[in-house]
Amino acid sequence: MDSIRNITAITKRELGSYFESPVAYVFMVVFLVLIGFLTFFVSRFYEAGQADLRPFFFWHPWMFLILVPAVAMRLWAEERRSGTIETLLTLPITMTQATLGKFIAAWIFLALAILLTFPIVLTTAYLGAPDRGAIMGGYLGSVLLAGAYLSVGMLTSAFTRNQVISFVLAVVICLFLLLAGWPPVTDLVARWAPDWLVQGVAAFSFMPHYEAFQKGVLDIRDFAYYFSIMIFMLFGTNLVLENRKSA
Amino acid sequence: MLKVNHLRKTFGPIQAVNDVSFHVERGEVLGFLGPNGAGKTTTMRMITGFLPPTSGTAIITGHDIVREPVPAKKQIGYLPENAPVYSDMTVWNYLAFIATIRGFTGCQRQERVGKTIELCRLESVKHQAIGTLSKGYRQRTCFAQALIHDPPILIMDEPTDGLDPNQKHVVRMMIRDMAPQKAIVISTHILEEVEAVCTRAMVICNGSIAANGSPADLKTKSRTYGAIELTLSSMPGDLISKLQQLPSAAKVETRDHSVTIYPRDPKQLFPDVMGLVKANSAWPLTGLKALDGRLDDVFRNLTQAREPAATR
Ligand SMILES: Nc1ncnc2c1ncn2[C@@H]1O[C@H](COP(=O)(O)OP(=O)(O)OP(=O)(O)O)[C@@H](O)[C@H]1O
Ligand SMILES: [Mg+2]
Repeated sequence: MDSIRNITAITKRELGSYFESPVAYVFMVVFLVLIGFLTFFVSRFYEAGQADLRPFFFWHPWMFLILVPAVAMRLWAEERRSGTIETLLTLPITMTQATLGKFIAAWIFLALAILLTFPIVLTTAYLGAPDRGAIMGGYLGSVLLAGAYLSVGMLTSAFTRNQVISFVLAVVICLFLLLAGWPPVTDLVARWAPDWLVQGVAAFSFMPHYEAFQKGVLDIRDFAYYFSIMIFMLFGTNLVLENRKSA
Repeated sequence: MLKVNHLRKTFGPIQAVNDVSFHVERGEVLGFLGPNGAGKTTTMRMITGFLPPTSGTAIITGHDIVREPVPAKKQIGYLPENAPVYSDMTVWNYLAFIATIRGFTGCQRQERVGKTIELCRLESVKHQAIGTLSKGYRQRTCFAQALIHDPPILIMDEPTDGLDPNQKHVVRMMIRDMAPQKAIVISTHILEEVEAVCTRAMVICNGSIAANGSPADLKTKSRTYGAIELTLSSMPGDLISKLQQLPSAAKVETRDHSVTIYPRDPKQLFPDVMGLVKANSAWPLTGLKALDGRLDDVFRNLTQAREPAATR
């Protein structure tokens, strides 16, 4: 019970501090404006006149690539820089509780930003009869993808007190995980690399799992994939922090 | 209450703490003294479970900080160096957050936070963001954070750093008032503070304990312990030579109108000097003072002798 209480307390504190600072609002506005711009003007969603949200969800992995590491980079780096990590980690909590509390708060924040795109869904309802399952699946996949990116960013944030380094590392790792399974890239690589290698690496990629959700297919394996990425990264974060708290 | 066993910490090639052992019982206030970089903060960080020791451990009321960190940390209140607190929270919200993690809920929590704010005199700023507070108030907020659960063991790294003289006094009084129920460890660079609040002082140098004893004990190691200072309106010609002939005097120093006699035998010096003074009633004596030793002398002796090693 203590652990639930501690995680909730940390999550609440973190969420509070997001909305205490203007950064959160700036982030939300930038996200919403960008996604709107990309969907309507670049993908010409409206002109296509189809009640299909694929042009909207197409942009999520690319936008998250910049925006999620930006949220994640301060998670531990900031605690390190200001020294508050010392007051936090000498409280009677475990490292896992601290990591989880922070992770959940940032994830809720991202989910909130994603859900605020619902006017776009209303537009599809206006254009025709959208496939509800596909929309729900798309959103679910998007939130899970954001969580996976976030866990990567959290790990890189634990590595260093320098937020820029943390950001760049997270972008590079996420980009790799994204491209490893993106057909334009896999097709290119398949020309010279053995098939088993391409498939093996692609299995680690976000992309195929993300696309499955958009079709409205909820496969337990896709959930398992995202959660194992997150658990793996959070575990790594714990390990890194245990060993270099004061560095 | 607090038992520290052979703590050791190395950062790469740097040996920050080297085999430090001591214990602190209820009612004791232990003062850590030592030059910059001696390893005081590192020792405290290991005791409070922030840094894993390279070897050794600390036992907090029976709980090993390395093997059972959570129950051990419950017994500790810790004020880290430089008072790191979340700058975007208000004082009240911050303390409420700490109280929640310390296991208080509902109105018990409100009451606890309110009381601590009162105790640490933070009422006037309780709804202000911590980042906008002055350094002293930030320090007090962090102090409040360490006290909120009334811990049996209190570890404070330079608790009066950045406080004004009145607040320094208040904090020392608070430490003294709490002392009978708690085991307290503080680190400080202010030697008067050690004499004012500590029942025991420990000098740390280059990561190991150079001296450990009550402030009065430590002072006996001072050069001036047992020395006698005479002040005179003019200097009679025979004074110095007569003093130097005393078997209990080691050295006589004059400055302007005062003479300091350092003892060879601290117990015998005072009666000897008194005898001389009585026998020479013509000496224009205006004052006589027995010195009881100075901690900064002891500190300098213990730490400067090792300075070459410290520069590595
Ligand atoms: N994270 C770290 N990495 C490397 N070296 C460290 C680290 N933390 C402390 N040290 C080294 O350990 C030694 C002891 O430092 P510590 O902070 O414990 O000193 P201190 O006694 O608290 O000094 P001060 O009086 O200045 O506060 C120093 O040589 C310091 O450089
Ligand atoms: Mg220090």
